[in-house]
Amino acid sequence: MFNLTPEEWTAVHLSLRIALVATVCALPFGIAVAWLLARKDFWGKSLLDGIVHLPLVLPPVVTGYLLLIWFGRRGPIGSFLDQTFGIVFSFRWTGAALACGVMAFPLLVRAIRLSFEAIDRRLEDAASTLGAGGFWVFLTVTLPLALPGIIAGMVLCFAKALGEFGATITFVSNIPGETQTISAAIYTLTQVPGGDAAAMRLVIISVIIALAALVASEWFARRAGMRYHGD
Amino acid sequence: MSTQSTLAVDVEKRLGEFNLAVKFESTGNITALFGASGSGKTSIVNMIAGLVTPDRGRIALGDTVLFDNAARVNVPAHKRRIGYVFQEGRLFPHLTVAQNLDYGRWMSGVTADPTERERIVALLNVGHLMTRRPGKLSGGERQRVAFGRALLTKPRLLLLDEPLASLDRARKLEILPYLARLRDEAKVPMIYVSHQAGEIVKLASQVVRIEDGGVLASGGLELLDEERAT
Repeated sequence: MFNLTPEEWTAVHLSLRIALVATVCALPFGIAVAWLLARKDFWGKSLLDGIVHLPLVLPPVVTGYLLLIWFGRRGPIGSFLDQTFGIVFSFRWTGAALACGVMAFPLLVRAIRLSFEAIDRRLEDAASTLGAGGFWVFLTVTLPLALPGIIAGMVLCFAKALGEFGATITFVSNIPGETQTISAAIYTLTQVPGGDAAAMRLVIISVIIALAALVASEWFARRAGMRYHGD
Repeated sequence: MSTQSTLAVDVEKRLGEFNLAVKFESTGNITALFGASGSGKTSIVNMIAGLVTPDRGRIALGDTVLFDNAARVNVPAHKRRIGYVFQEGRLFPHLTVAQNLDYGRWMSGVTADPTERERIVALLNVGHLMTRRPGKLSGGERQRVAFGRALLTKPRLLLLDEPLASLDRARKLEILPYLARLRDEAKVPMIYVSHQAGEIVKLASQVVRIEDGGVLASGGLELLDEERAT
């Protein structure tokens, strides 16, 4: 059953790498945006909130097309990044990671924002009376207390990134060995005669990865929760 | 008490429908803010600590001005060096007792003073709790750790906001002697907030009576005679 062909292994490997890179790169932005939305009042807050959630409600193909226009080699942001840093997104696995990160971003922000909002602000006040300035309060109190929510958000983000299809295929196409993730490979296999067995193998692998991610997040969250309640 | 640590408060703050306007000077070793709940006591100590910004007025500790809206001075809470023990302890749940005690030293960069730490740990009898987390402590233990945490930052003033209110009678009686020892040995002036005349009589030497967001009277323990009679 698990005699995957090298092409299938490549797709699995690529999917994991894309989802991991997407999650890790989205995390600092996710924490920053979640903190802004949870703690600050500023002009345009609901606009920011709306933009962050847009990928959740837009058709994925629209998000992918917008990425293509902006981050493609000739796009305003894409050409700038290409010329300044030599970073190219179009038709590369990095582009797939970008698409996955953007699509999963609302889930990441939502989970982290909820955990920021659930923190007892009075603990932050206590930290400041003990001599901690704003940045240190965030680093030593806010962030550790939000950890279970951050982990939950990362797992959601990873799972979403792993399964992302529409935006990715629109933005970076479906190139075996470069941008062909598990989802794209399954799609391709279902389009050719005799691809059912291979598709089923990849389907099972997806289920296993998703379950493993969920179990791992449960474990991390429980461990973090236990620490805080002293059990 | 030296004028070095005299606390002078003269502030106004509007909190919704509630108007707070208080003026007093602490002269005792322990000054009690006495009044019913809702009279504005906690808001006053929050302003002294720098957690709440007054609308108008001035707060000074010795010759250090902490807040003065006319001179546009507002020292942020983390630079005031004022210890604060809250009603509910507010220990950091993700840190052990030892880490809670050392937190202030890490953050304010006070140099380590192992002798002083040992003395305070012994004084408060928390040495056997060091590796535990706050979730595993009793209410009384938690409050003792909170005293130690505030004291170890070497504060110039210690604010105690109803530190016994969340404890039952037996725990209160357990903590009171520690507070008396703190008063006699720690040499830190304190502001003690309470609505219990009984606690204040045991600890404080000066009383400021707060009612409806204002100072009703300020003086010695005789201000409580009426309360204790009833």
